[in-house]
Amino acid sequence: MKKQFIISLFLLFATVLFSQENVTGKITFDNNQPLKTANIYWQNTQIGAVSDDQGNFTIPFAAENSVLVISYVGFKTITQTIEKPGNFNFKMEFDTSLDEVTLTKLRSSLQRNLRSTANVQTMTAKELTKAACCNLSESFETNPSIDVNFSDAVSGTRQIRMLGLTNPYITMTEENILALRGGSQYSGLSYIPGPWAHSIQITKGAGSVINGYESISGQINYEFLKPDEEPTLFINVFGAMGGRYELNTHYHTILNEHWATGVLVHGNFRNEKNDMNKDGFLDNPLMRQINVMNQWKYGICGKKGISAEFKWRFFIDEKQSGQVEFDPSIPRPSNPFWGSEINTRQFLASAKVGYVFPDMDYQSIGFQNQFTDYRQDGYYGNRDYFVRHQSWYSNLLFASIISNTLHKFTTGASFQWDRFEELYQFNDFSRTDIGAGAFFEYSYSNNDDLSYTLGGRADYNNRLGAFLTPRAHIRFQPAEQTTLRASIGRGKRLANVFMENQNLFASNRTFVLPTLPQGDNGFYNLDPEIAWNYGLSFLQKFKIIGKDAEIGLDVYRTDFQNQVVVDLDASAQQVNFYNLNGKSFANSLQLDFNITPTTHLEWRNSYKFYDVRTTNSIGLEQRVLQPRHRFFTNLAYETRTKDNGKQWKFDATYNWLGKQRMPVSTGNPLDSQWNTMAPAFFTLNAQVTKVFSSNFEIYVGGENMNNYRQPNAIIAATDPFGDFFDSSMIYGPVFGAMYYAGLRWRIN
Amino acid sequence: MKNIIVTLMVFMVGISLHAQEKKNKNAKYDIEVNGNCEMCKKRIEKAALSVKGVKSAVWHADHQDMHLVLDENKCTLQQVHEAVAKVGHDTGKIKATDEAYNDLHSCCKFERKQ
Repeated sequence: MKKQFIISLFLLFATVLFSQENVTGKITFDNNQPLKTANIYWQNTQIGAVSDDQGNFTIPFAAENSVLVISYVGFKTITQTIEKPGNFNFKMEFDTSLDEVTLTKLRSSLQRNLRSTANVQTMTAKELTKAACCNLSESFETNPSIDVNFSDAVSGTRQIRMLGLTNPYITMTEENILALRGGSQYSGLSYIPGPWAHSIQITKGAGSVINGYESISGQINYEFLKPDEEPTLFINVFGAMGGRYELNTHYHTILNEHWATGVLVHGNFRNEKNDMNKDGFLDNPLMRQINVMNQWKYGICGKKGISAEFKWRFFIDEKQSGQVEFDPSIPRPSNPFWGSEINTRQFLASAKVGYVFPDMDYQSIGFQNQFTDYRQDGYYGNRDYFVRHQSWYSNLLFASIISNTLHKFTTGASFQWDRFEELYQFNDFSRTDIGAGAFFEYSYSNNDDLSYTLGGRADYNNRLGAFLTPRAHIRFQPAEQTTLRASIGRGKRLANVFMENQNLFASNRTFVLPTLPQGDNGFYNLDPEIAWNYGLSFLQKFKIIGKDAEIGLDVYRTDFQNQVVVDLDASAQQVNFYNLNGKSFANSLQLDFNITPTTHLEWRNSYKFYDVRTTNSIGLEQRVLQPRHRFFTNLAYETRTKDNGKQWKFDATYNWLGKQRMPVSTGNPLDSQWNTMAPAFFTLNAQVTKVFSSNFEIYVGGENMNNYRQPNAIIAATDPFGDFFDSSMIYGPVFGAMYYAGLRWRIN
Repeated sequence: MKNIIVTLMVFMVGISLHAQEKKNKNAKYDIEVNGNCEMCKKRIEKAALSVKGVKSAVWHADHQDMHLVLDENKCTLQQVHEAVAKVGHDTGKIKATDEAYNDLHSCCKFERKQ
């Protein structure tokens, strides 16, 4: 505040008293047309100006600030050394790519918003490049709010957790349309290439009613690259130890004043067999994937009126895992080796059309439609599983105001159709879900220190019946740098026991479902899951010896009224599913401390405590494979950007995981038992990026560089067809240290 | 003749009355408002929105103007000028009182036009 005050005073005096000591000029583009509202500022200061309707500007001259920056979205940024006051004219050139270097320098890659009502974090594309690789399930490694599990050796999929709860309790949306549900919920994130993502928004706690009733612990939205904002051609090549290779090619072009389009192609494969721990099993699956997306955007000139986005995407993925000597060409009953093959494909098409009313930019109508067809066919030793999930989703939204823009509302209706064909060991679990609902969300903001959102929706679903979903968020900002938030919400969903627990297929556990219907409107003889989520969050920004710092504290509780309990404790040869009979809750606490010691160094720290308990056959126990304590620290350093964009970037992440409870194994013979608690351990990741110019960069890095490896990752590995085989008890990395390198090349 | 004039007059009054009823519910205006910073923005917009009938008010520091959408059945543009001037900001039509201006936070004390 004081600084701003001094600067404004300075500005005031500077203009009044030393009007001759100014830098003035005119900014033009194309055929000397004036460019209005361009930003003109002295580099590394807060002294700036904006060009007027004729493109003219005036900025006070100061000898100590000699580098003048002129920027405007869509144009190449000009940096010019100016040594004395006077008149200077600048001509701006079009830039089809956003000048990332200039833009990102001004902003942190992970933004916590002081103003939004909900507890939202945005991960920018810059943050996404920090993770080693390659798809969205791996991109959360540098984000403390999301925990990434270690992949099981069979599917290679990494599950994510928020507030101590796994994927199915987090609602995922793709460009604000519900996504990664049902069939694609378990591994869907790994079928979205990281370079496709423009940004990710993470909302902790109850989500918005606009996106349905299923969200329990939070909501994650991912946005794809925008066809009108990208360079014409983008190429990313990636290679990692263990024979993993990826290639990403993006082509984007602006067709005319209305339309822009993009084609994105991703391919990856791993054809090298790795068995670092010498247990006879592959540490990660052999795989091949082709993934294609085509985007169309209408209304890119930004004029009000109609805008639309269309896209379709398609992938084919094949995986093979199991014993090193497994040969899938030998028919299974006579194959002496344990193996698994999973073939997955998906087609998705979506259309979004929006209309902003003329002269009323606060009033709009939106209509979203999406069709998906997901198909997964696989076997795991002697276990067979097939699922095909087709879905149609429609959401009609109307947003406007009540009397003025301090009172906004969004209302609408949604429709959802899901067809599941599901075969588990040739038992048919096929079904069709149909549901429709209406929602209303009111938000108030006094444009200052208080805002709140109240939402509700009423739904009817053929298996869930008719029900209401209330959600509320409030934000209070008692001081400029202090933000308090609270949220409450209810979520309801149907558990898909096979789809959500695919990691257990790679064991010899029998799936045991209730034999008698426990409820009247569920499936698999199970009731719907219902939970309430309550959250409190506190964020304080401040300065320590002049350096920007922030402290954050998030406390959340999820309370299940009913949950489908996944009981691994009753027997080491079974997994039992049944309705909750007792308590189930997930309490979490996250304490963040972030500081920017110099403008180019960022240090983030996070301590997390999880108390996640469910009543199962042995009592109210901590959830298995869930550390109670976690600590995370990340250091990011960037050298000053040179004129031609040259730069070095360094990033290091340290992750410490406390002890984790393991399922009961006392029923097994001694050599197939495991410890009741998994030991605490840590992993160290680091990455170095050399930016040669704003168009070309090379990166190298390492994951788990301390080479921690879980001993005995596969139980009874010598007898995979026996009763005690289990490759799902994964609490840490299996592969050991992994190094990688890649390059990014942009052509305008 | 007299009857015709009376009839015409009634008719015309009718038209003008009718025209008055058909006031714009979403009238757009840009008015000049002077200020400096984010704090000014909050204060100016809050003042404008406090006038019943103002639907949207967005102030731009760089252009020293405010975009307004208001319902002419419920308020007049004059009322918005008055409300903004009352909290200390000069508008294109009404100057704030010196008292109101002096009450502004120091960083909000914009340069007043003579």
